[in-house]
This record gives sequence, structure tokens and C-alpha cells, in this order.
Amino acid sequence: MSAQRSYKTAARRVRGLGAAHTGTGDFIVLRVTGIALLFLSCAFVVIATSLIGRNHAATVQILGSPLVAVLMLLFIGVTIYHMWIGMQEIIIDYVHEEGSKFLLLLGNAFFCVAIGVACAFAILKLSFGV
Amino acid sequence: MADTTTRMKPRPLSPHLQVWRMTLTMAMSIAHRITGAALYFGMLLVAWWLLAAAAGPNAYAIFESFIGSIIGKLILFGFTWALIHHALGGVRHFIWDMGRGFEPSEREMLALATLIGSIGLTVVLWVIGFMVIGGGSQ
Repeated sequence: MSAQRSYKTAARRVRGLGAAHTGTGDFIVLRVTGIALLFLSCAFVVIATSLIGRNHAATVQILGSPLVAVLMLLFIGVTIYHMWIGMQEIIIDYVHEEGSKFLLLLGNAFFCVAIGVACAFAILKLSFGV
Repeated sequence: MADTTTRMKPRPLSPHLQVWRMTLTMAMSIAHRITGAALYFGMLLVAWWLLAAAAGPNAYAIFESFIGSIIGKLILFGFTWALIHHALGGVRHFIWDMGRGFEPSEREMLALATLIGSIGLTVVLWVIGFMVIGGGSQ
């Protein structure tokens, strides 16, 4: 790619880095997951609302039924990806000290994976039984 | 890769929030980020809900007693509004991504629509929620 056609600024070309080192990929991830979440969040809200006032047995039955479980797994998976990248964007916007930035990005990764695995495990357990 | 040991002249920084008069579009931009961060931690509640349902009736009863309390209801109400506001704010960003809605009047209209829409939809959803309780099994 010639220098004239590149979208990189002069400073980025010289240093090999942009202000945040990366970014376009994250921008696209937030948009793609955001579009998916418009639909999946609606599904989540309908599912959650339909469970209001129901006892544990009925809740387990509904959450474990194939369509609901698949929608919930999609909602959880896409949400985790979206919130991971979103929180990463917040951290790199405000935290400039390398050490604390690294620790916060690490904590962000751990939190997102832990929440994702916990939710996914719960849904699968509700679907497949004990 | 650039030589990072070379002393670099500090890059110019654009002024941040404190130098601007607060505007509606600015408040909505900040609200988008804050609701996003709130939903991030709100996912703890979703995880608790699903794990409690998977764990059994006793664990689920503990979750239900929390979410049924005043604090729980307040958190759930905040979660509902944050989710809807963040979703509508996202739609606003999609409109901008397509290169539309940048005129001053359009920006104001979109900001106002996000705010009124999120509050309105939250209230509608909670009314529906209470009607479901009233009409559903106890």
C-alpha cells in the first residue's frame, strides 16, 4: 500500500503505532456485536419478562428449552465479546500508566471470561439436566 | 518498529470535558459510556440469576428474595433503563456510521429521542412486567 493511500497518520507511519496502537478492528467488533445485540437483547428481555412470577420449576423448564437456551447462549456470548472490547476501550481511553493499564486489561479479560463461562455453564446445565 | 528509546516530543492533546459547556448531546455521549459500564457489572446479576436457577430451588429463592427487595427492584429498574438507553444510543451511533444525522438540529433530535425513548420504553416494560405478575401464576 502506498503512503498516499494509507489512512495512517505521519506519526503512526514513523512509529509503527497509532495513538492506541490498534483500533479499527475493535471499532468493527463493537458495531457487529452491537447489531446482533439489538435483536438478542430483545429476546433476552422477552425471556426474562415471561419468567416474572414463575416458580423455580417453571423457570428451569423454560430456560432449559432448546430455543430459549440457544437464544440465551447467543445473548451471553455476544454480550461478553461486546462488553470485553467496550470496557477495553474505556480503559485505554482513561488509563495511560502502562502498569495499571495492563492490570485493568487483565482484570477485564478475567471478568468477562468468568461471567461468560458461568452463564454458559448454567444454561447448559438447565438444558441437559443434572 | 520505531526506536522507542528516542525522546519524543509530546503529541498535542485535544481539550477534554472540563473546558466545554455541558450540552444535551454531550450528556448523552457520557450516558452511553456510563450505561455501558453499568451493564458490564450488571452482568453479575444475570450470572447470579442463571447460576441460581441451575443450582436449585434454595439458591433460586435467595436470588428471588434479593431481586424482590427494594434494593433489588431499584437495581433491576436501573439495569432495564441502562440496557434500553445503551441500545438506543447504539442505534444513534449506527445512524452516524452511515453518515447521517450530523446536522445540529438532527443531533439534538437524536439525543432527545434517545432519552425520551429509553425512559418511555423502561416505564412501558415495567408496567408490562407488573401486569404479567398480576395475571400470571403466583
